[in-house]
Amino acid sequence: MNACITASRLTVRFSGNPVLDHISFEVPEGMIFGLLGPSGAGKTTLIKVLTGQLCQDEGKACLFGKDTRSLTAREHKKIGAMLDNYGLYQRLSVYENLAFYADIYRISRRVIPDILKSIGLYESRKTPVSKLSKGMTSRLSLARALMNNGKLLFLDEPTSGLDPVTTKEIHDVLLAQKRKGTTIFLTTHNMFEAESICDHVILLHRGNIIEQGRPADICGKYDRQNKLRITLTDGTELTLDNNSTSAAAVGEYLEQNRIRAIHSSEPTLETAFIELTGKELE
Amino acid sequence: MKNMIAVFKKQIKDTLRNKTILIQFLMFPAMTLIMSHTVRLPDMPENFFVNLFASMYIGMAPLTSMSAVISEEKEKNTLRVLIMSNVKPYEYLLGVGSYVWLACMVGSMVICAAGHYHGKTGLLFMGIMAVGILISLLVGAVIGIWSKTEMMATSITVPVMMVFSFLPMLSLFNDRIAKIGGFVYSEQISRMLRGINSFELTAERAGVMGVNILIAALAFTAVFRKRGLS
Repeated sequence: MNACITASRLTVRFSGNPVLDHISFEVPEGMIFGLLGPSGAGKTTLIKVLTGQLCQDEGKACLFGKDTRSLTAREHKKIGAMLDNYGLYQRLSVYENLAFYADIYRISRRVIPDILKSIGLYESRKTPVSKLSKGMTSRLSLARALMNNGKLLFLDEPTSGLDPVTTKEIHDVLLAQKRKGTTIFLTTHNMFEAESICDHVILLHRGNIIEQGRPADICGKYDRQNKLRITLTDGTELTLDNNSTSAAAVGEYLEQNRIRAIHSSEPTLETAFIELTGKELE
Repeated sequence: MKNMIAVFKKQIKDTLRNKTILIQFLMFPAMTLIMSHTVRLPDMPENFFVNLFASMYIGMAPLTSMSAVISEEKEKNTLRVLIMSNVKPYEYLLGVGSYVWLACMVGSMVICAAGHYHGKTGLLFMGIMAVGILISLLVGAVIGIWSKTEMMATSITVPVMMVFSFLPMLSLFNDRIAKIGGFVYSEQISRMLRGINSFELTAERAGVMGVNILIAALAFTAVFRKRGLS
């Protein structure tokens, strides 16, 4: 697979302090790539550099093989973005916001009704953005990011503060885009989101990459306990080694029909992050 | 060009729902119509309110609306999304600037009509207004680009706007202020409008206006580059 994004020893400093510190990674085409880290880790700064809004102090970043410091209209046309606070015109209606961007992207306004129907906002097309709920605003922002059919989507905390239903709807849209071959680069501090939809994640802490790989691989790597947690029907909780020595005991409980719940103790990305940094993600 | 037109059209829709900006465009033309038709004082110069409010309009409307529009777009992140969507900063500024300029010219036409200026005098009135609006527009753009938030833009715009818009009125009552005001474009425009029937572009007046335009243009270029928009 060709690399859609490449970053090599990327460094950004604000007032002399490194916000990104010599980070390197590649994002292959067609992947959902997650950048996971707490607030202030450098996630938004990285998106700004990759989209050409901010120049790095050292290193090199490329989008479709082109240096991000000299992106042209050709590269911009391949990009869609959903930023942290949406960037929508509050006084304009849902339709007018998309119509404005249809003019900017040079696409027909006739596609707008279909887009609005696909994100469930057709009935609210005449509503000013200021009157929309956060979930609806988020969906509209995503629709705008998708409307130019870009090959690469940048999403900055796309589901931050949203209810589980809207989050699921957005995840479904992202997975559908991935199936179409779109590369998605998203930042999040939601470990569940990263585990459930990302193919590859980077854990960013204080501007440094502290771990990267497939979410399952990272979780497996930090599975130090290798235990089973069993809750019996009488409420007793047991912790057993997750190996053949516990097989007999587990089998016995099963035969006696005494198991209410059984869990493996494999870590989540959050526990891996805590183990690496000693800090929580939020 | 297409991006500029798109920004221009968006700005029309947005302003029609933005009372704060809308009132800037309408206030002085409306006041001119009302005052010039209702107030008659003995020894009052001809078209006193028309000329006074025209120069105040120049010092206020383009400056405040331009800085408010740009700073709001910066604060709400809409400008960032636009730039990411391949709209060049100059396309955006031309789109917003041409809209503000045109809206102020429409307001100027109302003031012009209130003064019963027509023919050559009418054209001269509109020409003087066009230049004044352009300078104020550049000053407003400088403040808007420089400011990181709307609040910051407002706190800079208000005193600057007060100086430029009230200087012509204060100069009428105080000779010292008039002497200093002679170096400022809004006072020069006020003087040009007061003497519009025997208009003469002296070297001194052209020089003052030229220097004002140059300073505004240089400040605009410097801020445009400083904020990484070039």
